[in-house]
Parts: sequence; C-alpha cells; structure tokens
Amino acid sequence: MIEARAIYVITLRELIKLGRQRGSLINTFARPILWLFVVGTGLNQLVRGGGPISYKQFIFPGVMGMVILFSSIFSSISIVWDREFGFLREILVAPISRLSIVIGKAISGTISSSLQAGVIMIFLPLLGIHVGILQLLGLLGLAILLSFALTSLGILIAAHLETFGVFNVIMNLLVMPLFFLSGAIYPVNLLPPWLRFLSRCNPLTYGIDAFKNVLLPRVGIAGHGSLGAEFPLGFDILIVGLFCIVMITLAVASFRKIQ
Amino acid sequence: MAAIEVNGLVKDFGSLRAVDGISFSVKEGEIFGFLGPNGAGKSTTINVLCTLLRPTSGRVRVNGHDCMREPEAVRSSIGLIFQDPTLDNELTAWENLKFHCYLYNMERREMRERIGQMLELVGLADRSKELVKRFSGGMKRRLEIARGLLHHPQILFLDEPTLGLDPQTRDTIWDFIRGLRSQERITMFMTTHYMDEAENCDQIAIIDQGRLIARGTPEKLKQMVKGDLIRLRGGDLDGLRRRIRAHFGLEAEAGKGELILEVESGEEFMPRLLERLGAEIGFVSVTKPSLNDVFLHLVGRQIREEGADSKEAKRQMARAYQRVRWRRS
Repeated sequence: MIEARAIYVITLRELIKLGRQRGSLINTFARPILWLFVVGTGLNQLVRGGGPISYKQFIFPGVMGMVILFSSIFSSISIVWDREFGFLREILVAPISRLSIVIGKAISGTISSSLQAGVIMIFLPLLGIHVGILQLLGLLGLAILLSFALTSLGILIAAHLETFGVFNVIMNLLVMPLFFLSGAIYPVNLLPPWLRFLSRCNPLTYGIDAFKNVLLPRVGIAGHGSLGAEFPLGFDILIVGLFCIVMITLAVASFRKIQ
Repeated sequence: MAAIEVNGLVKDFGSLRAVDGISFSVKEGEIFGFLGPNGAGKSTTINVLCTLLRPTSGRVRVNGHDCMREPEAVRSSIGLIFQDPTLDNELTAWENLKFHCYLYNMERREMRERIGQMLELVGLADRSKELVKRFSGGMKRRLEIARGLLHHPQILFLDEPTLGLDPQTRDTIWDFIRGLRSQERITMFMTTHYMDEAENCDQIAIIDQGRLIARGTPEKLKQMVKGDLIRLRGGDLDGLRRRIRAHFGLEAEAGKGELILEVESGEEFMPRLLERLGAEIGFVSVTKPSLNDVFLHLVGRQIREEGADSKEAKRQMARAYQRVRWRRS
C-alpha cells in the first residue's frame, strides 16, 4: 500500500533540509569542475585517437554518472543519521507502509541527485558538445532514472547500517569501485576480461552508457578503444530499470526488519 | 473493553529470553505504571505493544486490534513518547508537528488548529518557528509530548518520560500529564525509574527478569511491605545486624550503607531498639513504606542503582541484540 501524503511529507522534509544547507551548491559544482576541466584537460593531452570524440567530451557522461552516484548514496545515507538521532523511530511507528517510507526516501534522493546532474549540464557547450532541447530532456529523464536506481541501492545499504562508522568502508568497497568500473573515465572495453566482467555487472555502467548514447556521436560498432556508447540505449534503460525494481524490493524487505 | 490486553507474551532475542510469559490488562482511562530494573523486559514489552517488535509467542491486543495482524490499526490509535529524543533537530517545532500530521493522515483543515492547540498546551506556541536544535532538553520533551498527542491517540505510551530532566521540569511534565487525563480521556502506559513518580499511577506492574512479580494499586503494593521501615546507620553494620537478630529475632536487610528493618509499628519498636543498641547506632529513621521499599523488597535491589550511564548501556545492549537478529535472518 502506498500513502501519498506520507511520501509527500518525507520528500518535503529532505527538500526543506537541502534548502537550508547553504554552501551545498558550491560543493555540488566543485567536484564535477575538477573532473571536467582539470582531470579532463590533463588526460585530453594523453588520450588521442578516439575518433570524432575528444577525451574531454568522453568524460562528461562519466562525470554526470559520478555526480549522481555520490549524491544518491549520500542522500540515502541520511537514513543512518535518522537512526542515530532517533528520528527514524518516529517514521517507523507511524501507520504507514514500509513501501511508502522507501519510496519517499527514494524520491527525495532522486530530486536532489538529478538537480545536481541537471546543473552540470550547463558545462556542455564549453566542452563543444552541442545538444538540442530533446536531447537535454532525454538526458534529464535518464538522470532521474539512474538517480532513482542508485538512491534505492543506497537505501538498501543504509537499512543495514546501524552507525555511521562503517561509512568509509562503504565508500571504499562499494562507491569507488562502482565509479572506476563504470566506463566513466576509460572505456570498459579496454579492460582485461575479468575487470570487464565486473563492470558489466555494474548498474552504473549502463547508466553512463545511456548518457553516452544521447550525448556522443555513434561511432559504428564499438571497437577496441572506442570512446562511444557500447550498448543500445534501450538495453541500457532496461538494465537500469530492472536494477531499480530489484533494489526497491530488497530495500522494502530490509525496512520491514528494522525495529 | 480493555485498552491493552497481553496474554502469555514471550520474546526471545536469540538464546536470551527477554520477556518470559507475562499477562496483564490495562483498563481504559487508566495511568498504568510499568516498573522494573534495567534489562527486566520493559522496553521489549513496550516495543511489542507498539508493533515495533514481533513477539515470539503470546497474544497482544491494543485498542481491540491484534498487534501482529493489524499493526497499522494499532499504530494509528496510539501515541508514543520515547526515552530517547526522536525529533528532527534541523526542522522547526512546527515542521516537526506538521510532519507527524501528514504521517498520520490528519485532515488538512484540522491540522493547523490542532498543532496550534498542542503547542499552546505544552507552552511552546511562541517558539514554533524555531529550529528544534536550539531547544533545551525539557522543551524537546514537551514538544515530543505535544507530537505524541496530535493525532488523538487513545493510548499514550511514555517510556521514561522524565529521564534526564531536572526536578522542576519533571514536575511540569507531571502536572501536564495529570491535566491531560482530566481533559482528554486517554489511557497512559508508562515506564519510569522514579518511584515517587510511579505514585501517580492508578495501577502498577513490576517486572523482573522477564516475569511479572507484582501487580496492583500503589497502596496495595505498599501493603506488601508489612508495617514500617526503620533505617539504621552505624560503624559496624554486620555486628549490628547480628545483634538485632540475637535480641529481637529480626532479619535486617542490607541497603546501601544502611540496614533496613521491617517492623509492625516503628513508634513502639524504636524505644526498645535504642535501649539495647543505642550506643552502636549513629542514625535512625522511621518511614512508612514507599514504592521504592516495595521494589527493594520484591526485587532485592533498588531500581536506580544502575547509575547514570544506564541509558547508553541499554542502547548498546539493544544494538547488540539487533545485530544478532540481523545475522540470523
């Protein structure tokens, strides 16, 4: 059962708090700017021969994926704060279903992640990537889907964390590997088979691949070292969508066990 | 209809039996005090009653709803005031209450009025736009009480409502709780460490090691301690104890740095005691039994001996239980 008003107020609470965190906007810009203009420029000198796509352009979908990954995991980790400060109990004893709690948390995380992803789209012209309004909207839609999926993953993790102490472990063992094995900063098809296998199991790979599909020109069949998209767009969306459903289901099941 | 009915409730955490087959019922409109030392099973019982924990066995009904089969019906008919704060410090008082109204699906029209009314009731109306993190401990507790009452619960659960508050704030909160009962016909189920507060209850149940060991009105419980209590202090308590046994055939209980004697009439016994052993006694007092004495008599130790860190210790224990549970499931 889904309670619309409960979902609304859980989302509203996160947005109110987001709005009160001044300075979070600067922080939102800092990391993507570093990647796009410092790392991207540096590696652009090193990496040549990607056909019509320059490295600076190639890295943009990856940076969008990174922004969404970090922001989604961070925002769902707020559940651990809620538990630490007791507020989670107020939510758990309310006469609402666990599904509504998870959906509410997922929507608020999605809004904040896709806003941040949307904001960095203003850098697109600076990188020489020219997109139309339809492409922008498509990109935003994909960003929302990927945000929802990764926030759900974050909620699933947060439901199993009792204290904030293990957060670094999560960062190093989950978030960073997801990022580095996603094709964000180098094409997956350059990796040795076992790493390539791992990156094929990574949902972020398909999210970023979907962005590449929209932003970068198709360069024939993806060959060795190609900087273009690897899979068809429909396949990317299907995988991310399925991942999303599985995560939500598992997160609801985990929430039922929380006391 | 009873507000709360508990029949043969058992709750295990792994191999540990936290609640061992307790049964009791609470009448509508009653203030019911649930007392016991730490780890006795109080919080576990409350958590089962408010559907946060599934019992291992037994039947629990709250407001006529089965806690296992209709948890959401139970939840919407009860209000909870927890031992540890459960407010969002980053929101204002008003926002915290508004959040609650939405969760309990209250009518939008009624919401504003009810929030205002509750803030007025707990004396926080002029602070409603302030962030909760700027509130003092007492203000936060009052706000939690206001929140617990917003959705017109039939039963209010109060888990240590005055723990960690200064005596003045404790008094305010008790005035408020008593006033509340005369205004809104509401049943209250509470746990407390303060025996003087437990005197305010209509009915009391004492739990120890997961079992109910006594049940009744404060007056009835106090009758379990026969007659009066004489407290003695002196240099050699062990010697004093032996001589009391030899002279009067009475067994003195050892308290913290004192001996406690139960006698039928303190006024008559005192002259005889002082005549025989007056030289060895440094301090003597006669008291009518309090609930604290009842507790000491039944459980063998005072309720508040655990010290100030008990709250944290309890929380750690609960976490350890939970970890075990998660690993199993």
